[in-house]
Amino acid sequence: MRLLTVKNLRKTFAQEKEAIHAVNGVSFHVDKGEIYGLIGLSGAGKSTLIRCLNLLERPDSGEIWFDGIDLATQSEAVVREKRREMGMIFQHFNLFMRKTVEDNVAYPLRIAGRERHEIKKRAHELIDYIGLSKYTRAYPAELSGGQKQRVAIARALALNPKLLLSDEATSALDPVNTELVLSMLRQVVQDFGIGIVLITHQMEVAKALCGRVAVMENGLIIEENDVETLFLSPKHQATRRLIRGVEDTFAVKHSGAITAGNIYRLGFRRESVRRPLISHISRKYNVDINILAGDINVLQTGDVGYLVVSFEDAGDEEGALKALRENGVELVPLTAEDAVNHL
Amino acid sequence: MMTLELMKSTLETLEMVTVSSLFSVLLGLPLGVLLVLSRPGGLRPRSALYRALDAIINVFRSLPFLVLMIMVFPLSRLVTGRATGTTATIVPLAVAAIPFVARIMEQSLLEVDGGVLEAGLASGAKISQLVWTVLIPEALPALVNGITITVINIIGNSAMAGAIGGGGLGDLAVRYGLYRREPFMLYISVAIIIVLVQLVQWLGGYLERRLRRDGKVTVSA
Repeated sequence: MRLLTVKNLRKTFAQEKEAIHAVNGVSFHVDKGEIYGLIGLSGAGKSTLIRCLNLLERPDSGEIWFDGIDLATQSEAVVREKRREMGMIFQHFNLFMRKTVEDNVAYPLRIAGRERHEIKKRAHELIDYIGLSKYTRAYPAELSGGQKQRVAIARALALNPKLLLSDEATSALDPVNTELVLSMLRQVVQDFGIGIVLITHQMEVAKALCGRVAVMENGLIIEENDVETLFLSPKHQATRRLIRGVEDTFAVKHSGAITAGNIYRLGFRRESVRRPLISHISRKYNVDINILAGDINVLQTGDVGYLVVSFEDAGDEEGALKALRENGVELVPLTAEDAVNHL
Repeated sequence: MMTLELMKSTLETLEMVTVSSLFSVLLGLPLGVLLVLSRPGGLRPRSALYRALDAIINVFRSLPFLVLMIMVFPLSRLVTGRATGTTATIVPLAVAAIPFVARIMEQSLLEVDGGVLEAGLASGAKISQLVWTVLIPEALPALVNGITITVINIIGNSAMAGAIGGGGLGDLAVRYGLYRREPFMLYISVAIIIVLVQLVQWLGGYLERRLRRDGKVTVSA
């Protein structure tokens, strides 16, 4: 079921010297039960985009279809109503510092004018759900970052929204708490069947959580795919840059050595990721294969890996490439410059 | 006789300070909220309104209290029927304090993190709900601190007002200290004013600390 359809969304900020096209014609959709990832480096426009979705930022043009209406054309009052169907969590949690955990979680219910006993019941239910019953009467300053974000998740869920907007929700957390929050988001989708739009600059997050991922650069979605295909055969340099792990810095550093030979990016999917294909092909076709970089990514849908290799002056390079393709390996030729700059 | 006069003057000062503080906060806080909402980049930017308010507040704040008091005489007469006396003096005290309160409330409210306000909006709050349920509660310790400063300021001004027919402890100090050359009463009135200021400072500080503690670590396991 389609939850959200965004069409050709634009938002420009007038700056002193020039206009900044933060969101420059973006279209995508999100289904029920789906975690849709928008990933990009800072400045790509993803924060502006997600803030446009619940109209915290008014888009200049474009459509935001949610719950049967185009939010972009609605009055403030209608938007306010629809925001109740759309929870939001933030990088810095944005909890009310002078309200207890209970009052934070209860806030959307209170604003919506729910009955007192209903508010209390629902708040306690949610605090139980996030596993913080011990902290019901505590203030946010007494909680760790991970706990704060869990409270924020509970607050965002208070009114049973259909969609959750997650704005860099794990960027301020350490790895342990990041994992905790991610598994909680996964759980939320399972338990409540909602959809999530998640923006992040961490490929790790997209990897662990998302079904489909869109890569943003300069206010545009430059590439959108299911996460497996994206990792397997990234089309854009920006995507490769986001996928690249720390391991690759070595290859980049020593890539001055890359001169001779054709360079390829090989994408391995489930079946081929575990097999010793390279050495097998090297022997069979009498090619010398120099491995420049590589990584295996554990995704929601299965494992995918990649290698950046160069074929040194070799025997049957054509045959080797053909064999790789036949074994389900995705081949992307790279120029030496590609390889140096954007492994 | 002297004790009676002291009591009377102290009560007058208390009346002037309490009532004018009340009015200045009652009118100054909404102005502060209005400034925060209407400022450029605020939740409801209204450039013209903001600039006008800003200018008026600056003008009123630059007027020395003594001058302002004389200027406000007609207003005092209109409101209370008299230009001098304790009740009449409440008017200039409040008028002088309102722009001060507005500015101080504005500064306190601006300290509230924009992200927290956004969380309120994203939860479905109207601006008016946001003001009452997030903006003011989150800024409360700073607001209390601002009110403390205001009351102390008004105590100072009320003593000055006494000198030109306002009654209260300032009046007492001028009459005995200046005209009658009886320094004892002067010192006593000064001492009472000091005690008043200290009391307000202590009470305000206590309240502020209590409020701030709410948002901070209260227990350690």
